[in-house]
Parts: sequence; C-alpha cells; structure tokens
Amino acid sequence: MMLNNLTIREAYEGLKKKKFTSVELTQACLDRIEERNSELNAFITVFAESALHEAHEADEMIARGEQKMLTGIPFAVKDAISTRDGRSTASAKILDNYVSAFDATVIGRIRAEGAVLIGKNNCDAFGHGASNENSMYGAVRNPHDLNKVSGGSSGGTAAAVADNMCIFGIGEDTGGSIRQPAAFCGIVGLRPSYGRNSRYGIMPMASSLDTVGPMTKTVEDTAILMQIMAGQDVLDATTVTDGVPDYVKGLKLRKTQPSLRGSFGGRGKIRIGVPKEYFEVEGMEDEVKQIIEEKIEEIKRPVLRSSGATEGKLKDCEIEIVSVSLPMTKYAIPVYYIVVPSEDSSNLGRMDGIRYGVRVGGKDLYETYSRSRAQGFPEEVKRRIMIGTYALSAGYYDAYYRKAQKVRTLIIRDFEKVFTEVDLLLTPTTPTAAFGVGEKKDDVLAMYLADVFAAPPAIAGLPAISIPVGNTSAGLPVGMQIIGPRMQEELVLRTAYSIFGK
Amino acid sequence: MKLTIKEIEQIATLARLELGEKEKQMYAEQLSVVLDYIGILDEVNTEGVPETCQVTGLTGVIREDVVIETDAVTREKMLKNFPDKFGQYLRVKAVFGENEE
Repeated sequence: MMLNNLTIREAYEGLKKKKFTSVELTQACLDRIEERNSELNAFITVFAESALHEAHEADEMIARGEQKMLTGIPFAVKDAISTRDGRSTASAKILDNYVSAFDATVIGRIRAEGAVLIGKNNCDAFGHGASNENSMYGAVRNPHDLNKVSGGSSGGTAAAVADNMCIFGIGEDTGGSIRQPAAFCGIVGLRPSYGRNSRYGIMPMASSLDTVGPMTKTVEDTAILMQIMAGQDVLDATTVTDGVPDYVKGLKLRKTQPSLRGSFGGRGKIRIGVPKEYFEVEGMEDEVKQIIEEKIEEIKRPVLRSSGATEGKLKDCEIEIVSVSLPMTKYAIPVYYIVVPSEDSSNLGRMDGIRYGVRVGGKDLYETYSRSRAQGFPEEVKRRIMIGTYALSAGYYDAYYRKAQKVRTLIIRDFEKVFTEVDLLLTPTTPTAAFGVGEKKDDVLAMYLADVFAAPPAIAGLPAISIPVGNTSAGLPVGMQIIGPRMQEELVLRTAYSIFGK
Repeated sequence: MKLTIKEIEQIATLARLELGEKEKQMYAEQLSVVLDYIGILDEVNTEGVPETCQVTGLTGVIREDVVIETDAVTREKMLKNFPDKFGQYLRVKAVFGENEE
C-alpha cells in the first residue's frame, strides 16, 4: 500500500486501526516530494524536520486515544496563506524571508486537530494568474504531463494533491484559483461561499472576492475539511454567523430527508440548470465540451453507472437537468479585471519593504518603496497594480470601478433569477484542458480568459466545486463545475458526491 | 484606448513602482489592450442599478474595543521580520523630505 496515495478518510481509518503510524504516513509523503518535486516544483518550502516531529506528536495523541479526524494526516498549504513558523512567500521575492508570526484561522483550526503541515506550495505570486507561471520561484508542472501548466493560482497545491505528495491541500480562490488548477490536475476543489470560511491570515488579493477552501482527492474529504474550516471568526468581520451544517453526514442523506431535497424538482429530485452561455465561448476545446456533454447525458439517465462510482448514489438522489440562460456571463471577466486589480492595488500597498519582507534601499522613502516593489513583484503583479491604480484614480473611478460594481449587481441578479428556477448549475470548469507551459504567457487576455467559467460565481460570492469527470485523448483531466446558491455548500457537496461517487 | 508613456509613468509613480524604459513600453501596450477589453462594459445599461460592494449582506459588525496583548514569543517573531531596526524600534528613512511630491 502506498500510504501517500490515501485519502483523509482512508488515512484516518488506517491510523485508528494502527495499520501504520503518522510518522510512516508523513515519511511516505516526504519521499514522494523528494522523488518528484524537482520536476513538478509544487513546493517552495518543505518542512521535513518539523513535519516528522508533528507526526511523532500525533502518534502519541493517537496512542493516548485522542485521535481527531485529521490527527497525524500530512497536508500542504498554498504559500499565500500564513502559517506560523517556516516562511510564507506568496511566491514573490518581496516576502522571500517573511516568517508569519501566526497561523491563518483556517490553518489554526486544521492544526488544532493534530494535522501535520508538510510544506508550502508554489502559486502564482499573490494569487495573480491561471497557470502558475507568475511565480518568482518558477512554474509548476502538471503531474499528468510535464509540458503542461498546473493551472493557477493554487497550482502547486493542485499538483501536490494530484501527485500524492500530501493527503490534502488548502488553497485560495478569488476568481478560479482553486477550481481551475483542480480541473487541470484532476482533483476536487471547492470555492466556498464568500464569508463561509475566515480569510484571516490569507494574504489579501481582492477582499470582496477572496475565499479559502479545500483541495482534495475526493468530495468526502472536502466535506470533512469544510466541517473543520467553516464558521464565524471574530478576526474576520465578513464571516457569516450562519451555523455550520454537518457536511459529512449531508453527503449520504436520503431523499426522504427534506433538508437536502432540491426545491424545484419535486420529491427527492434535484433540478440542475445547464447555462447555454457556458458552452458557446470562443476558444472552447471540442473535446472538453464533448466530455462535459456526455457526463450530463450520463447524469440524466435514471441510474448512474459512472466509472469509479462506488455505489449508484444517484439512485437515492435523482437529478433532473434543464437548459437555462445567464445572459450576463460574458461581462464577468471584464468586471473581474476591474474589481480585482482595484482591490489588489490597494491591498498590496502594504507590501513596501518597511515592516517585513525584503527592503531595497533608496535615497529616500519614495525610492525605497518603489525599488522594493519593483524588485519584489513579478510582471503580472505590477500589471494588476497599475490597472487598479488607474481604475481608481481621479477622473476614472466612475468609468471603471463604479461601472464594474454596477455590472456586478446585474451578474448577481442573473444568478438570483436562475436560482428561482433550478437548485444548482452545472458547467465546465474551464474551456480547455491544461495548456502548454509558455503557451499563453505573453498573451495577457488569453490568460485572463482561462477563468471565464470560474469568475462569474466568484463575482457573485457563490459556492462552486470542480470535480474530475474524464480525460482528453491526450490524457489530460477535465473538470466539471457545480455552482450553488449562497451558503448551499451542503447541496453542492452532496450532488458532487453523487456524481463523482466518492 | 492607447495609454502614453507619460500616463504609464504617472500610474507607476502613484503605485510606487520603479519601471525601466522597456517595461514602460510593454505596460503601455498591455494596459491599453486590457482597458480596451474592459470597455465592453459600456454596452451594458446600468442606469439606476446600485453598486455591489459586498455580497454577505452583513451590516454593522462590531466587537468590544479592547486591547488584546500579544504574547512575548509572537512579539519576538514580528520584530524578527523588521528589515531594519534600532533596538526594538523599526527603522525607516525620514518620512518628510525634499523629494516628496
């Protein structure tokens, strides 16, 4: 048995039955990292020593009968998320030497379970990108084909989970940064509703869109993690006060239990809308479209016979599929590229080489700022800061930022309207499978359009998950996205579980 | 819409980014492309549409205004991150100077 290939559930059971120890499990992951990281570049920092120490402590906890769900299970975290001790660079040289004094709230909750932090993942610097090529520590390679990108911005985490260098990962999603790399690498990635999980300790990109979520091998593992991560945090005033449902139990609820029944499909049925605009974009690969359409046909059949499905879960939860329209879809990316750079340019003002990070000296304070930032940020970060600075500057604020915030309202109304007709939406996660390293690097717009399906739900603050549903003839994974109404993670997870089968 | 080198220089000054000549040229071209693309929003009628500034619907989130002291270990870790210090103080260049615009 390859211990590093296990899911959270399997690792938990194995540790509980004393089939193996956390030290063995952690060593298996470290060995895999040792074997593969020079090719994949998924980790910026590996905590080999402290991870084994934490694993040893976890084994003692288990021996004392104090095992919790994540005790002794090794995980990896995107480097734009603060973890106490060890460095957190966000993949930018301006934070090359930065060591956080605290854990992000969600990381603290996971570590309180006794989980083992194995390392920090490469990402697009400060989350800016869709290919992981905007990292100042080099691109991440796709485990399925080393000539392809991992996707981004949480590309290192996606590659690490897909390649079994850890049992699970934690990423950050502003406009697709969990779901798009999850789709490219063939894993499960959930962007929770905005406000569901605390953003405290997540290096801010666009404060009105940023979310932090699980990146895992199964939907069940994502539910397990959401159970632990979700909930109000006094350190993040935008966290919602809604109680956290039992996501794990929710996966297996039967249709007779009304709490998880779709509202529109009648007794026990879930009605899912397929928005036609998500199949009509320019540059969409035929093969991706075909795989998604075939999957939809398969879901429509009364009994699902999905390869990899452990039980025919859809029997318990029938799905009705209807065609719907979201006419504002094409405006999501333009809105995104005003709102996000604007909030970005403001948030990244703190990265100035003064209180932490790398300071480059100058003759005065202005020069210290401008040189520290010039040398510490990669090209894309500077590009976004400048777009944002321009969009927020006097005379242009109304034309850009205010206009975008109004169109944002219309995008939200689009979703609100469609959710009066259906329970969930089903779309491709991305218009293409993983593209080649270097292929889009110099085409700014083409890169931005990689998030064309991932950005709309992010703009509206909705939960959305990507699950793997097949491979192209070249062997590259294709992801399907399930979008839910705000705070409906339970329904999203249950449906994803039914379709993915695990 | 085409941004000039002068406009790029202005934006870079506001954003505190030192740019080389080649970079200015590159960003002038790329930002123009992005702004043109963003211009598609002009075709959307937003008359009377309110702006969305947040999506949670939360209002008036408050907490007790109390000082929470940092423990000594955390404090030490934060001090360690200072790029330049004088004792326990953060050292920076003079804030006010002739070169301030």
